[in-house]
Amino acid sequence: MKAFVYERAESPEAAVAHTAPTTRFIAGGTNLLDLMKLQVETPETLVDISRLDLADIEDTDEGGLRIGALVPNSDLAADPRVRLRYEVLSRALLAGASGQLRNKATTGGNLLQRTRCYYFYDTASPCNKRVPRTGCSAIGGFNRILAVLGTSEHCIATHPGDMPVAMRALDAVVMTLRPDGRSRRISIHELYRLPGNTPHVETVLEPGELITHVELPPLPAGVRQLYRKVRDRASYAFALVSVAGVLTMEDGRITTAALAFGGLGPMPWRDSAVEAALMGQRPSPAVFEAAADALLRHAKGQGSNDFKIPLIRRTLIACLHELTGDTQ
Amino acid sequence: MSGTSTTDRTEVTMDQPCPISLLDKGEQGVIGRPLARVDGPKKVTGTATYAAEYLLAGLAHGVLVRATIGKGRVVSIDTDAGRAMPGVIEVVTDFDTFIRVSQQGGETGAPTQGVKDVEYFGQIIAIVVAETFEAARDAAQRLPVEYEQGDGAFAFSLQHPRERDLPPNNTPAHAEQGDLDEAIRNAAVTVDVTYTTPSQNACAMEPHASIATWDNDELTLYGAYQMPSSDAQQLAKTLGMPVEKVRIVSAYVGGGFGSKLGIAPESVAAAIASKRLGRPVKAVMLRQQVFDATVRRSNTSQRMRLAADAQGRLIGIGHETTASNLAGEDFFEPAGISTHFLYAAASRLISHDLVRLNWVLSGSMRAPGEAVGLLGLECAMDELAHALKMDPIALRCLNDPPRDPDKDIAFSSRALTKALEDGARAFGWDRRHATPATQREGEWLIGMGVAAAVRSNMLSESSAKVAIRPDGRVTVSSSMTDIGTGSYTILAQIASEMLGVPMEHITVALGDTSDATAAGSGGSWGACSSGSAVYVACEALRAKLAAAMEVAPEELRLKNGSACVGNFSKPLGELVGDGIEVIGTIKPGEQEKVFNQAAYGAHFAEVAVNAVTGETRVRRMLGVFAAGRILNEQTARSQFLGGMTFGIGSALTEELIHDSRSGKIVNRDLAEYHVAVNADVPQLEVILLPERDTHANPLHAKGLGELGICGAGAAIANAVYNATGIRVREFPITLDKLLPFLPAT
Repeated sequence: MKAFVYERAESPEAAVAHTAPTTRFIAGGTNLLDLMKLQVETPETLVDISRLDLADIEDTDEGGLRIGALVPNSDLAADPRVRLRYEVLSRALLAGASGQLRNKATTGGNLLQRTRCYYFYDTASPCNKRVPRTGCSAIGGFNRILAVLGTSEHCIATHPGDMPVAMRALDAVVMTLRPDGRSRRISIHELYRLPGNTPHVETVLEPGELITHVELPPLPAGVRQLYRKVRDRASYAFALVSVAGVLTMEDGRITTAALAFGGLGPMPWRDSAVEAALMGQRPSPAVFEAAADALLRHAKGQGSNDFKIPLIRRTLIACLHELTGDTQ
Repeated sequence: MSGTSTTDRTEVTMDQPCPISLLDKGEQGVIGRPLARVDGPKKVTGTATYAAEYLLAGLAHGVLVRATIGKGRVVSIDTDAGRAMPGVIEVVTDFDTFIRVSQQGGETGAPTQGVKDVEYFGQIIAIVVAETFEAARDAAQRLPVEYEQGDGAFAFSLQHPRERDLPPNNTPAHAEQGDLDEAIRNAAVTVDVTYTTPSQNACAMEPHASIATWDNDELTLYGAYQMPSSDAQQLAKTLGMPVEKVRIVSAYVGGGFGSKLGIAPESVAAAIASKRLGRPVKAVMLRQQVFDATVRRSNTSQRMRLAADAQGRLIGIGHETTASNLAGEDFFEPAGISTHFLYAAASRLISHDLVRLNWVLSGSMRAPGEAVGLLGLECAMDELAHALKMDPIALRCLNDPPRDPDKDIAFSSRALTKALEDGARAFGWDRRHATPATQREGEWLIGMGVAAAVRSNMLSESSAKVAIRPDGRVTVSSSMTDIGTGSYTILAQIASEMLGVPMEHITVALGDTSDATAAGSGGSWGACSSGSAVYVACEALRAKLAAAMEVAPEELRLKNGSACVGNFSKPLGELVGDGIEVIGTIKPGEQEKVFNQAAYGAHFAEVAVNAVTGETRVRRMLGVFAAGRILNEQTARSQFLGGMTFGIGSALTEELIHDSRSGKIVNRDLAEYHVAVNADVPQLEVILLPERDTHANPLHAKGLGELGICGAGAAIANAVYNATGIRVREFPITLDKLLPFLPAT
């Protein structure tokens, strides 16, 4: 671990005054500390935000929830309002990591979890995400857990999270505080960036910009939700693929559908073409196949992750059966 | 008895059977009982001191430096740059003396030395020593090293040249009898399939760790070892010093599973650095370095050929294994070791070849040989049963041989058929659908599988000192280790039973090479070897106590710290003057040559395979085992549970991935190398069959620390086949291998 300066922020405003690109905020530290030990991350300054007053979950006037950035994953998963109204989120959280990690990991930090690409983690391997313009070792290497959608010739990393996948299906809004003291609201659909030729730039956040809350809009009554994670062992494994589904039906037809996917792309994945294939349709194998076709129309395997393409097709179809079946 | 402090020595060589064990005559009633581990409170309170935890004055912190090429040469290491980094005391290199690989278990010489030539990615080439661990790790990470790249062999292939002329590794590399090809031609039913298993890492909880400290020319090394006495010899040879000047202390060891049988690179680096700096140096391998640069279980490719007559009787068995290792390293994974005697057939071919690769050293990991060899053999037997339309248990029982078919000698004890039959009843085998892929619950395909368990029993020369103090308390000391298995507890139980002294009056001291020399822990021989040494010492002490009571030893009764003859009793302390002590030694002898000694069992597994995703989840497992006398029901059961859990990993999740461009291990942490976690381990049941083995040792016990893994994975794989009708022959059975063959959604 490289020596660094540690500072504790007394307020969000004080935190965002740290705009140097070599500064990192630290809250739970469940990802950052590991990366620092390996010198994948070598910040010069750590600004500890863990004592800021951002750990509450509040109801919004619109009937949604406003989640403080410092709410631990465990608390968020266990919150009765989340369990009752946003089952998909609670299930996604509980599918992630381990009990110990969920106790430390925070809502804001988890949105920014970095990839688990094997080569990103090893400083002896070239990696464009870790050190720009050094090359991608995962292409042509072992890439079982890496992406089949949204990749570029510079990076095929996956976003490893579960919680953010559910949040994409829920149309979450990320609230931030910027260094100039103004706050802004960023749709989660706008938060992440594709790798292109700058895979080290993962979000639209500016240096010093701090996530303060995540807002969930209300869901319509009678909504059906699920989170399904497929993995190599029953716990403490990242998703090979995952599906967060939020769907409503009326008179036997799908009226709204929000489907987000983990393990497929460099960000929690959502594609309006998938939903367009479902909207207004009566559930049927052909409709589900069409949705899967839409999802996978640009999918590209990299060798050891080729199986993800048939795997997500099967998983999505099973999820759609479950979401649209007469199980209520 | 008048005061004495001389130490008597007594030894027993197992040339003759021991029809009577004094453990059956003991009156204390502790042998076999499921006592909790005596070291448990120390471990849960953090007061058991592990190798890296000795707080020596002036301790400096070392972190090892790895090579970042897969093959080639170190041209230079910029030690000046390293020394200039914050907190760094010294960058220590010794290209000739540093060890290139770990040593194999039980060897008494040095492992391959010399680190200027890089033979695998991650090879240790230097150590950075600093005032803090963090500073050392930073400098080790950033130290400039210049290399000359070479051409290496980085991917396993049967097309590579295969080395066949190998020295034996507990089993001959090549053995042939009869004519296998002819047997196959004459057979009613044959199986000819190839199973592959991947490289694996033992993943002991405690990483390899050493603290080295010198007193003039005498080295003390606090290390994490399974076999400290032979490790001290390895270290002495490596450093070019007499073994008398090397002391190893391994009082508590956080798991080994074979990876700590021999010395690893951190020990030599710490010793050299400490000598050079004149202060104690600690070197703990980072978890990634444990993966990169200790030892792996070799990958294997196993061609299995079975030939049977129409009734299912085997007439031919072929088990041809190709494993891998570094050039110049003799160890081959002895996958066919139990194929020599698990079943009989007139024609047999059991062979082992090596492919030379630039991958980290391969060596022993829990049940070397059987653990992966039974994946091949016991899955092939399942395939044969299906081909014969026979129940797989009936097939095994039919082929359970009455004598060792290899050497034509008797088995010392063997309960394979009983384990299979008792297990079938307890598990509900009759509820299994004989036709695969016919049982479904919602999305889940359900199946059951069975496999035989076998692990050879070994005895290794071992000594232990047992002393009775004037206060009646007893101490047992030996360089034996407790690697989490329960050695402290079972040695105390043996002494307690033999001397009639309550457990709480017995102190066991282990892991120090300045005490009586024991073989240590490995190959499942630890409990029986060290336990027999304690037994032999106690037997001599009983004779002394009898003499003090002026009776024949067989008339003496020992219980609760007193010696009794008729209705006269005396506390032991009053019989021993200033104390008496005996060093007992057990040696292997003729009994292991004239009897085939092995422990047996049977594994049963029920799995559910998701018909959509191919995810396999083990629902329940049962292991039935016969391993002679059980010394402690609880620690024995724990060993079996651990072994069966290893079996889940070997069947379903564990695989070291080597990058085919450099040999580099890709998944070098516990997040990406998947051992089974709690959620993967369902209810495991263990049944211990009563058994005594009078040919094994005076305890009548057989080794069991590895038996639990042997065959466990095969039972799971066979259950996956039964559930799905899909035979995956490439371990581990990950979902991608099932996916193409699952029913349409």
